[in-house]
Order: sequence, then C-alpha cells, then structure tokens
Amino acid sequence: MGLAVNLELKHTVLCIRLDGELDHHTADMLRSQVEDYLRKHTVNHIVLNLEGLSFMDSSGLGVILGRYKQIKSQNGEMVVCAISPAVKRLFEMSGLFKIIKLEEDEELALQALGVA
Amino acid sequence: MRNEMKIQFSALSQNESFARVTVAAFIAQIDPTVDELTEIKTVVSEAVTNAIIHGYENKATGMVYIEAAIEEDTIHLTIRDEGLGIRDLDQARQPLYTSKPELERSGMGFTIMENFMDSVEVISEPSYGTTIHLTKYLTKNKAMCN
Repeated sequence: MGLAVNLELKHTVLCIRLDGELDHHTADMLRSQVEDYLRKHTVNHIVLNLEGLSFMDSSGLGVILGRYKQIKSQNGEMVVCAISPAVKRLFEMSGLFKIIKLEEDEELALQALGVA
Repeated sequence: MRNEMKIQFSALSQNESFARVTVAAFIAQIDPTVDELTEIKTVVSEAVTNAIIHGYENKATGMVYIEAAIEEDTIHLTIRDEGLGIRDLDQARQPLYTSKPELERSGMGFTIMENFMDSVEVISEPSYGTTIHLTKYLTKNKAMCN
C-alpha cells in the first residue's frame, strides 16, 4: 500500500490530503509533489488533512516539518487536521504541536486561517 | 513455546512497508491490541529505514535481516544490517538528532523505538553494521488456547 496525494488550492491555501501510508518511501514522493506545486502556484498557507492516513512514522514527521519550514519562510502557516490517535502520539512525542496548529477537520482548519 | 521467523530483503525503501506488515502478521498470532500492533509496525519501520538510509546510504545491494520471536506475551525483534555502523551511539539516540538533516530526517527514530518498546539495545561497529534488539511485553493477560 502506497500513498495517494491530493492537492487542491482553496483561495491561497493549499489543502494537502493524504490517503494511505506515509513512510520514508512515500515521503520523498510527497516532498517533490508539494515542492513542485509551491513553485508553480501562489500559496500563502497549508492545510494538511490526514483523515485517510493509515500509517505514519518518523519519516512522515520529517517531511511535514520540512513543508512547515518552507511555508513559514514565506510567512505562512500550517494547520493539520483529522489526525488519528496514533499519528497524534508521534506529533506529541516530537513537539510538532508547539509550531503546527491542530484542528478537527478541514473546514475548521480553513476557518482558522481566515478562509471559508 | 517459542515461535520464530526470519526474513531478509534488499535495502530498498519499497520494502519498508513489506517488512512492517510481515512482522505485524507474524505477531498477530498472540492477539495484540490495535495500539500494540501499530507500535510494532512503527518501530520496524524506524529500524529498517535507519538500515537503508544510514547503514547502506541507499545502496540497494545491501540486505536487511529481521528475526522475530514470540514467547507467550513477549515479542523479541532483531533488526540487523551489515552497513556502515554508527560512530556515536549516544548522539544517535538523542531526540531530534540526525546525521542527515539535508534529507529532512526528523531525528525521532530511536526516540520512537524507546517509547514504543520495553527495551531497546543497539550494537554497532563502524564498517561491520548495526544490530538492534527490541523487546515488548504485551499488556493483556490472555486466557485463550492457540
């Protein structure tokens, strides 16, 4: 089982929806897809929707932190939503919630960024 | 009764999923909880990823070896590579430390292993490789006959 990446621009917020497993193998693919998208479009903020994510390890934390740094360097924000208890534990362990905001679903995440 | 299995596979990132799913299928026999199964899959993924990225530096000619044993409610895992080895183990085990920040590594691999397992032992020798012994005791007391 791999990872399906769905990218959609809502106003200037890039919604990244992940379906499947995020590990070292799929993290490289996610990184290049998002980097490519950010080069071609004007994106102010990122919403990361993890509703369909069935597995994640520390490689996932790495690629998420990398995209956070990327959007932060353009003064943007990242909001994560629809996170499973297992993924939440990894976020807590690594301290990612200190810098990345968590919302229950995509709608609330977009609201938090002042869109929708 | 001790029940064992061994697998070995090429150090390719597409085998990370194969490795964790295979180990999970083996330990499913002793009826772990969903959380325990997720923890096992995650630590296998961490150790195998380390072997591929750090041990073999993504050279697919290397092999990764996994041995798993279940003994009543205890799971023993050994994940081994014959790669470069780790020069400074104490540093490698520090949370958020990574020797490869350019690859967007989070530096959380060993920290996750330590959090999810009851014991983590790392034996490493430069140019001979790294062996990780992991043990986990399942919390449930089961009264069923397998």
